[in-house]
Amino acid sequence: MWSILLNSNTQWVLLSTAILGIAAGTIGSLAYWKRQSLMSDALAHAALPGVIIAFLLFKVKHLFVLITGAAISAVIGAFFIQGIRSSTRIKEDTAMGMILSIFYGFGIMLLTIANRTSGNQSGLNNFILGQSASMVQSDVWTMSILAILVVSIVVIGFKEWKIYLFDRQFASGLGLPLKGMDVVYTILLVTTIVVGIQAVGVILIAALLIIPAVSARYWTHSFQTKVIISALFGGASGMIGTLISAIGNGWPTGPFIVVLAASFFIISLIFGKEKGILVQHWQMKHHKKQEILQSIPTSVLKKEVQ
Amino acid sequence: MNEVVLEVKNLTAAYQKNTVLRDVNFQVEAGSLTGIVGPNGAGKSTLIKTMLALHPVLSGEVHFFGSTYKKVKKRIGYVPQRGSVDWDFPTIALDVVMMGLYGQIGWLRRPTKTHQRMAFEALDKMGMADYANRQISQLSGGQQQRVFLARALVQNADIYFMDEPLAGVDAATERAIMKILDELKAAGKTVMVVHHDLQTVADYFDHVLFLNRTVIKHGKTNDVYTEDNIATTYGGSIRLIGGRIGNVVHPVKQ
Amino acid sequence: MTYTAWIILTATLVGLSCGLIGVFLILRKMAMMADAISHTVLLGIVVAFIITQELTGVHMLIGAIIAGLMTALFVQWLNSLDVQQEAAIGIIFTTLFAIGVILIEAFVGNAHLDVQHALMGEITFIPWNRITLPIVGSIPKAAAILTLVFFVVLLFIIAFYKEWKITTFDPGLAASVGIPVLFMHYLFMSLVSITTVASFDAVGAIMVVAMLITPAASAYLWTDRLHMMLVISGLFGVASAVIGYFIAAWIDTSISGSMAFATGLIFLASYLLSPKHGLLAKYLKPEETFE
Repeated sequence: MWSILLNSNTQWVLLSTAILGIAAGTIGSLAYWKRQSLMSDALAHAALPGVIIAFLLFKVKHLFVLITGAAISAVIGAFFIQGIRSSTRIKEDTAMGMILSIFYGFGIMLLTIANRTSGNQSGLNNFILGQSASMVQSDVWTMSILAILVVSIVVIGFKEWKIYLFDRQFASGLGLPLKGMDVVYTILLVTTIVVGIQAVGVILIAALLIIPAVSARYWTHSFQTKVIISALFGGASGMIGTLISAIGNGWPTGPFIVVLAASFFIISLIFGKEKGILVQHWQMKHHKKQEILQSIPTSVLKKEVQ
Repeated sequence: MNEVVLEVKNLTAAYQKNTVLRDVNFQVEAGSLTGIVGPNGAGKSTLIKTMLALHPVLSGEVHFFGSTYKKVKKRIGYVPQRGSVDWDFPTIALDVVMMGLYGQIGWLRRPTKTHQRMAFEALDKMGMADYANRQISQLSGGQQQRVFLARALVQNADIYFMDEPLAGVDAATERAIMKILDELKAAGKTVMVVHHDLQTVADYFDHVLFLNRTVIKHGKTNDVYTEDNIATTYGGSIRLIGGRIGNVVHPVKQ
Repeated sequence: MTYTAWIILTATLVGLSCGLIGVFLILRKMAMMADAISHTVLLGIVVAFIITQELTGVHMLIGAIIAGLMTALFVQWLNSLDVQQEAAIGIIFTTLFAIGVILIEAFVGNAHLDVQHALMGEITFIPWNRITLPIVGSIPKAAAILTLVFFVVLLFIIAFYKEWKITTFDPGLAASVGIPVLFMHYLFMSLVSITTVASFDAVGAIMVVAMLITPAASAYLWTDRLHMMLVISGLFGVASAVIGYFIAAWIDTSISGSMAFATGLIFLASYLLSPKHGLLAKYLKPEETFE
């Protein structure tokens, strides 16, 4: 069983899911602060038709082609969501739910046709629940490069991203190109999503973008530290999850990666230094004590002391 | 002295980790029209929500007509802040007012023509009869406020709580609302209003409650509406303009 | 009844039930919660199966209701711990769904296939899986369950119409006039859960979301009155189901995917053509449209 680790292909796969997890944790932190957590879920589902169409058009299962198709589809989905929200009284969550399910349904229509006409089933189906174990070396390269690109862009412009997230008006006052940053952010998000689909699948990629980011909040108040912790949690979930699923034969990797991420979340929730349940419990007790002390009139206190 | 319709004793409430109201004590007489004023974050909205069981109480007691809120709910009317509602909801002004009667109609029963008439009359009182069939997002801010007020009126309560009903409304609406409040007072009802504008307090209300996390002062406007009380409540220095209390300046540090 | 007729009847019932519930779903801004529940019911069904070793309708429904309520409860709990609503939904449903998939893998068989079935549904199998009832004789089980669910949904909506209306529009007011807002919330989540699971067999998980949300959203563009919205949404639901079936038959592809797609077509038509809120109307007669 452990001989798997010695297999160099496995090592490459583990490395790339780790990098992917890091990228997801990073961009996920930004998405959380933009209050767009579920947008990643919607965009991931919206990416499915793009994958299938790319496959049908180019007849190859070359990852880069499929990723590009996915990205275009996701961006169109984002565009529709925004359009519906701004031109009708339909609210954003409804728009997201619509695009998510309609695009996905369309994707399934195409997938059924593709499976029928080309016979090779499992390849495309892996996009639904993820199958990082079946990645080939060129896939690993593609994913790793894209993921590293995402992380680099966030790291390089970190100061600017911080202001952009927390105080848009101040940022625009400083001369930061807000519209441009919106576009870059969307590109980073979509890239991470479509790259991650290979590992975690369309249904669960949102988990990798949300859970590590939320877990990080329980350990620190500093935004920079949050992003780092989130990236670490993401990377660890990706790697360990892939490892565990590799033990089974042909098990999908997505669910295991998600369960790992959720475990880190629960640990953070309970033991986290800031806002963790245990810590809050002690704080409450302390606060209550203070309240009681404060509400006792000083004359009574004085009497007690005497 | 009139009947005490509301009695609050040692009320304390928190919002997440912060204590927003501490040790609030006051009594309200029937037929009074009270303005609740205080700086931002003073806990004015929280006070109302806590009294109406919309927000948890840390400690203390609230008594309406000598009884608890639950028992006399039907005698209490509430007009929340206008921003708290989804104005895109597919409903017309008349419907919104009728919702005020749902508590009285009871489970499994339908609103009747009588209820419809009552709702229409309430709208008419607020000058909104012509807008009864309008979808609510098509109404202006002032009109929406009047619909909210009509909804409270139709409940025929004995005591009303209103959260900043005059904020952001046009002059005509402000006059219409104050006219109704005066009528309510004349009919012996009690009204408590969170008011946003310190300057008009003396014109509109016969009682004032100065609130800043706790009651600074409460009583008849003539007695308590003084520079000192205002200064204590708002924590700043006041400038008199033309001998009238006109301007409140908050210090930069807080 | 013929094979096709049963399929269309089943699809119609799905469209109706989802269309009705969907109206309140979108007005209560719980569209993504419906998305979440449609994933977590998988876990409910799997656990019910593991415990009872049966895939019968009743056990599934119960498993679904529990899963739905748990989802709502967990999200509420996380929210109270200061996690954003959306993030809370994202954490809960992905985790529960992942656990469901793992359980399937461990206890039931090939995860890809079975999950795919649960996700995609397979309405073509429905006429074969029958149950014998008094009076009507042998009818497809899914149709029976859906009929039951439809009547339950209809009953609750009519009986508590004004309570739904007021708790959706202004929960603060509802609470102050004595209506149990929280109870209504969980009751609603239960209705969503049973509608979801009853529709599973026909249209699968993800597409239920399309059926729940899109016809209602389309109806929202046609009317300003709640009761009309319910009627139109139900009709659009039925239309989507039927149109979807025929598209699938024509192209020979997934029926559930086609139904989801069909809801999109109807939405597009509404978006363009609605006299009150549609694009065309805004161009031709801007004074008579509203925004």
